[in-house]
Amino acid sequence: MTDPEDAADAMFRALADRTRRDILRRILAGEHSVSALAEHYPMSFAAVQKHVAVLERAGLLVKRRHGREQLASGDVEAIRSVASMLGELEQIWRGRISRIDELLTTEKTGTTDITNNPTPEEK
Amino acid sequence: MPVTDVNTQAEARTLTITAEFAAPVERVWEVYADPRQLERVWGPPTYPATVVDHSLTKGGRVHYYMTSPEGEKYPGWWHVTSVDAPHGFEFEDGFAKNADDFAPDEAMPVSQNVYRFEDIGGKTRATYVSTYTTAEGLQKVLDMGVIEGSSQAINQIDDLIAS
Repeated sequence: MTDPEDAADAMFRALADRTRRDILRRILAGEHSVSALAEHYPMSFAAVQKHVAVLERAGLLVKRRHGREQLASGDVEAIRSVASMLGELEQIWRGRISRIDELLTTEKTGTTDITNNPTPEEK
Repeated sequence: MPVTDVNTQAEARTLTITAEFAAPVERVWEVYADPRQLERVWGPPTYPATVVDHSLTKGGRVHYYMTSPEGEKYPGWWHVTSVDAPHGFEFEDGFAKNADDFAPDEAMPVSQNVYRFEDIGGKTRATYVSTYTTAEGLQKVLDMGVIEGSSQAINQIDDLIAS
């Protein structure tokens, strides 16, 4: 297998394009034929195929043949991808909670003032 | 660490965070009931929040915006759907088109939120549940850039590759 850093580079490069992110969202929701995908974008079928190939090389998309059609689906399992999105959201929450904690602690170690008057040293 | 549990339900696109604060329930409630305190905990330090309107009552609205380091405003709103002071409240959280009248941006996702504050011997256990309707909505929120999550996102993709 390739170097994980190279694999990460390929993945980020693939995700750096808005059309490719959009393709990925669609195929994570369900299998799509490349021609069905192409209908969504104001570009040629060949251009969409190129985007599909970039996603495929990055390991984000798998293709299979079904009769004459090529069907693309998300290789990173949809659930896992949503799980990592929730993981990102978790970081917002960790930030918020540590700020609440700070707010509550600052007040306690401060003066006996427990009213809502803003303390002057606060920014 | 005040965060005691994190539970993600990917199928339901729900994130549940449980935290414990060394303060009574009433004090934690006040953080949300007082707009000046709320704005200190809502936006990340690099995107501080400003609460413009604040009505933490059933049917009430809260309007806020976050300011980016470049001075760009990201306006948002809460629509409060249920209040049980000081034990918790429920609301919808969405994006607004502008920071003048805070008209909802229909193109942006709305999350359903349930916050609960429970007394555990003078301390407070807080439970925050946020649910997004679609995976796409969730991604849009993350794409907004109003969060400090990008480095964590990169770490996660690295983890994913390494696993």
